[in-house]
Amino acid sequence: MSFNMSDSKVKLLIAGIICGLVGVCLAFFGNPGNMAICIACFIRDTAGSMGLHAAAPVQYFRPEIVGMVCGSFLIALATKEYKVTAGSSPMIRFLLGIMIVIGALVFLGCPLRMVIRMAAGDLNAWIALIGFVLGVATGTLALKNGYTLGRAYETNATGGLVLPIFMVVALILAFTTALFHFTEAGGGPGALHAPVAIALIGGLVFGVFAQRSRMCFAGSVRDIIMLKDFSLITIIGGFFVVMLIYNIATGNFHLSTAGQPVSHQQWLWNILGMYVVGFAAVLAGGCPLRQLIMAGQGSLDAAITVIGMFFGAALCHNFGFASSGDMKDAATGEVTLGGTGPNGRIATIVCIILLFIIAFVGNKRKEEKAE
Amino acid sequence: MMTVDARGLSCPEPLMMTQAAVKKADGPVTVLVDSVIPRDNILKFVKKKKKNAEVTEENGVFTIVIS
Repeated sequence: MSFNMSDSKVKLLIAGIICGLVGVCLAFFGNPGNMAICIACFIRDTAGSMGLHAAAPVQYFRPEIVGMVCGSFLIALATKEYKVTAGSSPMIRFLLGIMIVIGALVFLGCPLRMVIRMAAGDLNAWIALIGFVLGVATGTLALKNGYTLGRAYETNATGGLVLPIFMVVALILAFTTALFHFTEAGGGPGALHAPVAIALIGGLVFGVFAQRSRMCFAGSVRDIIMLKDFSLITIIGGFFVVMLIYNIATGNFHLSTAGQPVSHQQWLWNILGMYVVGFAAVLAGGCPLRQLIMAGQGSLDAAITVIGMFFGAALCHNFGFASSGDMKDAATGEVTLGGTGPNGRIATIVCIILLFIIAFVGNKRKEEKAE
Repeated sequence: MMTVDARGLSCPEPLMMTQAAVKKADGPVTVLVDSVIPRDNILKFVKKKKKNAEVTEENGVFTIVIS
C-alpha cells in the first residue's frame, strides 16, 4: 500500500489541513479552551487519571493519546513501515521525555498547543515561540557539533506491541471500571472533553496523517535552520490556518496576553519553558507528537521517551513544577494571576543545564572513515 | 569509495553524514540506511545537488550509491 503524504508540499499541506480539522472537531465537541489537542496536557491528564499524580483538576483518560499511538501503529503495519527497533540510549531518552514535559507544563502546552494558542491570538504563545525556536537552534548546533544518541537495532517484534496494547486495555478499563480518576464537572480542564468515541476517532485520524506526513514541530524548525528546507513547516502552516479560521469564525480569536484560557503571562518562563521543549525535542529526534507516532510504528526508544513524558507529568504535579493558569472568579470577575512556582523555576534551570551536558559533553558521533 | 553507515541512526543524522561525505569525497559515495525516511531525505538531497543515485534494497537495508 502506497499512501505517501510526505513527497510533495501540497500533500503535506493537505495533511496539515486534515489534522487542523481534527483539532477543530475536538475543540467544537468540548475539549478545553485552546487545547483542542495537546500532547503534554493530555499525557498529564492521563497520568492523573491513572493515579500517577493527585492534581484533581487535571485527571481524565484522554482517548486522543491512545488513538494517535494506535493510528500510527495500524498505518505503519498497513504500509509495511512497522519495524521494531531499540538500543539508542534509552535512559537519555527517558530523561529527555521528562524534560520535554517539564518545559511544556511550565509554559502550559506542547508545541502543538503553542500553535493552537497562537491561532487564537494568545500573545503569550507567540512570545514562547521565541524560546522554542532558540531551543531548536541550540539542539541543531549540538547536532552540527556531532551530537548523537547512537544507533538503534532491530529487535523482537513483540516489544512493539506493548505500548499500543497497554493503551487500549487502559482505555477500556478507564471507561468501564471505577479504577481511574476523573475530574468532577466544573473542577478544571480535566472535566472538559469531547465524547470518547469522537476523541478516539480524532486521535486515530490524527495519528494516521501524522505518521504518513512525518509531522513534527521541532523537526520543521530544525529543517529550516539546518537545511533551509521548508517542507515540514508546510504541515504546521496548514494546521495553523485551519485553527485560525475556526477561532475567527467562532469569536474565539482575541489578540492579547491577558484573559487567555489555561495560560499565564510570565514571559520569561514562557520563553524558557519552550526553550527546554525545543532543545530536548531536537535531542530526542522529535516533538512530543512525533514521539507518540514513532512509538506506534515500533521505535522502542521513542516509547521510552513517551514513558518519560508520563513520568515527567507526574513529577510536575507531585512536586509543583507545573505552572498555574490565570483564573477569573466567575462571581466577582476578579482575576488571580497564575504562573510558575519556585519549584518550576528551579526545575526549568536544572533542565537547561542538563540539556547542555547531554548535548555538548559526551554523546559524540564517531568520524566516518574512507575505505 | 567512501561508505557512510547510517543504519539505525535517526534523522537528520543520516542526511548530515551524507552531506559531509559528498562534500569530502572525490568519487562516488555509498550510504547505508535502514528506514524509508532517511532514504527519501537523502534522495531529495541528491536531486537538489543534481547528482545520480542508485538504490538497492536487501533485508530492509537500503544501499544508496551517489555518483
